[in-house]
Amino acid sequence: MYAQLVETGSSKLKTLDEMSPEERQFQERINDEIKIEPKNWMPDAYRKTLIRQISQHAHSEIVGMLPEGNWLTRAPTLKRKLQLMAKIQDEAGHGLYLYSAMETLGADRDEEIDKLHDGRAKYSSIFNYPTLNWADMGTVGWLVDGAAIVNQVPLQRTSYGPYSRAMIRVCKEESFHQRQGYQILLTMMQEGTDDQKAMVQDSINRMWWPALMMFGPSDDNSPNSAQSMAWKIKRHSNDELRQRFLDQTVPQLELLGCTAPDPDLKYNEETGHYEFGEIDWQEFFDVVKGNGPCNRERIEARRSAIDNGAWVREAAVAHAAKRQSRAA
Amino acid sequence: MADWPLFEVFVRSKHGLNHKHVGSVHAADRRMAIENARELYTRRNEGVSIWIIPASEITASSPDEKEPLFDPSNDKVYRHASFYKLPKEVGHM
Repeated sequence: MYAQLVETGSSKLKTLDEMSPEERQFQERINDEIKIEPKNWMPDAYRKTLIRQISQHAHSEIVGMLPEGNWLTRAPTLKRKLQLMAKIQDEAGHGLYLYSAMETLGADRDEEIDKLHDGRAKYSSIFNYPTLNWADMGTVGWLVDGAAIVNQVPLQRTSYGPYSRAMIRVCKEESFHQRQGYQILLTMMQEGTDDQKAMVQDSINRMWWPALMMFGPSDDNSPNSAQSMAWKIKRHSNDELRQRFLDQTVPQLELLGCTAPDPDLKYNEETGHYEFGEIDWQEFFDVVKGNGPCNRERIEARRSAIDNGAWVREAAVAHAAKRQSRAA
Repeated sequence: MADWPLFEVFVRSKHGLNHKHVGSVHAADRRMAIENARELYTRRNEGVSIWIIPASEITASSPDEKEPLFDPSNDKVYRHASFYKLPKEVGHM
């Protein structure tokens, strides 16, 4: 979800017998749940796929700061502003943990960031939607970070050591994000005016489907999943995670006293799961391809942040050099 | 950031414990690496002390050396306390 549609370069799984001796040893290690560490031998495709997945995940954290940054100066109270700033700083931190994990695979941070800026690398589709009212800060925390948690908790057990350790760190911090988001909505629903309550429902109406899309295409449309699962860099299918998210979210939605924009949403007594309507996959693929409501704006904001910050990075290097020459 | 070298970060979580590797940061120099590491790895009381070291200064053993390096310790059972069987009367030792 933070990593959607990650290419593995293979849609057909090799059996152990078809593998070279070192590849077989590698796969058996994964099967035994022994972590792969940076210096271990790994197939080229595993390395490339992980770089793609981790960089996409990192880019999502970084771009994910933008929709929230929109409300920093408009937060209703100082307390909410401080909370939002702390959350945004965490997202920056998550991006940096992940870039650092990615670098252990031999990837270059600047190069991967360039790929984001020229459209070669993706980030989560959800951040291409605008945040139009204050309730969106609640909904983003509750639904978007909620979906992120469902995706990231299993990734703590991913086969690549540095990625797994980054995920453990990230997961420790995510729960604050989701709780602060839900509390924003709960406060608006319990203590707010009719207008403020309507704002919450409007926000849920806009974010609901994009949040469900975060888990990526349905299983019968995920050609890369089998390989990613065999490598254990993905531990559950998209539909499985989407269902898990929905099952835990609908009761929270009801507690808020709000509804979902889905007339087909209902509880199935027999299966014990919620059923939901058809996702608009055309919209999903449009957004992933760069044609969502905010794609261009997001990339432009990232590019100008890097470009306008160039002098700071250069000055830091010059300052470090000067200090070193004085010390010598 | 290509000009900013990579530093590995070690954090002591509590007084009395070892510094433990937590990840890495890019920085223009060592002082900035400490500041960046503080922002990145200790936002919630995760540490009382930070070490940083340029990543290029670390020498690591290679996975290929695992057997020559670590296997010899496997066949020295007499290095473990449990190897020495003593009569019950000795009690806890």
